[in-house]
Amino acid sequence: MVPPAEFQSYYGRPVIKAPSWAAPDIAGYFFLGGLAGAGSVLAAGAHLTGRTTTATALKVSSLGAISLSAAALIHDLGRPGRFANMLRVFKPTSPMSVGSWLLSVYGPAAGAAAASAVTGRLPRLGGAATGVAALLGPAVATYTGVLAADTAVPAWHGAHRELPYLFGASATAAAAGMAMAVGPTGENAPARCAAGLAALADAAVETAAERRLGMVAETWKEGRAGNLLRAARVLTAAGGLGAVALGGRRGPAIASGLALLAGSACTRFGVFAAGVASAKDPKYTVVPQRERLDEDGV
Amino acid sequence: MSEERVGFFTDTSVCIGCKACEVACKEWNAIPEDGLSLTGMSYDNTQALGASTWRHVAFIEQPRPDGRTELPVVEGGASAQETAVDGSDELRWLMSSDVCKHCTHAACLDVCPTGSLFRTEFGTVVVQEDICNGCGYCVPACPYGVIEQRPHDGRAFKCTMCYDRLGAGQEPACAKACPTESIQFGPLDELRERAALRVDQLHEAGVTEARLYGDDPDDGVGGDGAFFLLLDQPEVYGLPPDPVVTTRDLPAMWKHAGAAALSLLGGVAACFALAGRGRR
Repeated sequence: MVPPAEFQSYYGRPVIKAPSWAAPDIAGYFFLGGLAGAGSVLAAGAHLTGRTTTATALKVSSLGAISLSAAALIHDLGRPGRFANMLRVFKPTSPMSVGSWLLSVYGPAAGAAAASAVTGRLPRLGGAATGVAALLGPAVATYTGVLAADTAVPAWHGAHRELPYLFGASATAAAAGMAMAVGPTGENAPARCAAGLAALADAAVETAAERRLGMVAETWKEGRAGNLLRAARVLTAAGGLGAVALGGRRGPAIASGLALLAGSACTRFGVFAAGVASAKDPKYTVVPQRERLDEDGV
Repeated sequence: MSEERVGFFTDTSVCIGCKACEVACKEWNAIPEDGLSLTGMSYDNTQALGASTWRHVAFIEQPRPDGRTELPVVEGGASAQETAVDGSDELRWLMSSDVCKHCTHAACLDVCPTGSLFRTEFGTVVVQEDICNGCGYCVPACPYGVIEQRPHDGRAFKCTMCYDRLGAGQEPACAKACPTESIQFGPLDELRERAALRVDQLHEAGVTEARLYGDDPDDGVGGDGAFFLLLDQPEVYGLPPDPVVTTRDLPAMWKHAGAAALSLLGGVAACFALAGRGRR
């Protein structure tokens, strides 16, 4: 459908307010939270199948990523001293409330899993913590898609069905990339498989999201967001291909892993930038709503 | 809700753009100054609602080949058609005092993770400033772009419909100060009836473009606690034509997030099953 060439606005001013979130904090959190969450799943798999070096490396990576996430989230608050108010209530209508509670259980579990793996102490507790982190990790990786989509931001809300899958795929790509970059090649077969799957899913879901968004997809293709998402596509595809084809050798495994990590970061920063761009231009708020009304015959 | 739900009916057809509402709001609520720049776009230098602007008067100048629309605000006044014949003044002014809509289904309230935003006994939506930690989630959640974080303070602020005045049995400062009764305050049901009558009156007088905005309890936000009579499309005033509370789709989003999480878990498990046990 061809969007109407003209739309009306109040002196071209935005209708909705763009989030005041800082990209390094919040897009950074989307990336790090995904890396941590999906990393915990890979870590548990490695733990259970005797790939101990990779398991320990991923547990440490998840702890580091989730710690940085918490720091970024608190740093982004207007009143950082009041961060504990996040646990004042539990509200399923607020993805941020759900996420806060999720992190408050996942974080300590990831910490215990890493501490036990590194020190070799309390292995049973470490194993249980690894399991808890692996069960909550996928939720940590995908709920951020809901966090972004549950807003009036056209480029995010319009893709509310696809964003959790995109973030899940992107998180898996990042964690598989980390596993390949830091784990020995003899242990990286599952990570190479996961990298290939995630790269495929990432590309498919992003295409689906752009199709769903209609004219709002412009914000995913143009400007800073367009550059970031194009870079993400190239890096993720190259990383996924490299992982599957050449991941058995140390050098290519590290290169593919780093490409996947960079690709995942570009995806999150790109989607974040698209959201901000779509909020700042009244066109993306007015035109889809006007089309909806016209279709309903109002 | 222990009290009757109250609201605003802003009849923009009698707004004269005096900005008394803006001033009264700032004064009563002790809202800090938030910029004194000249926009150059119109008489509107306030620009938009925000953390420190809880009433905002929009000024729209429209070139009208059929002449200006003069509304019959008093009995026996000139009708729209009479002045339309004149044609000498090919411009019309639209003025409208915008405010927080105090939605029936309020996205800001739904997404607030701390419980700082709450629904009062009057059916209004208010931020508790001693709870807000400045997470900023309410800002992009609002389909009208009303609530905002105040720079250097960090917390989110918006219209409270003068919660303190309501508690004392007073009407909000903006409605009190409005010299033309463009801003009417009262029980929402009464306001809706009054607004429907006013639209009929204007239509009979030939002002066919008069329409209500935000009055319908079946719209995407369940109806606004502050609704409007407009003389053009909502987007001309900077209002979204068909706002929908974002949390309407939240159950679907949670389902997709759950399915995505299970796919992640299943996909990785399948990879480990395919690869078998580690080689060392």
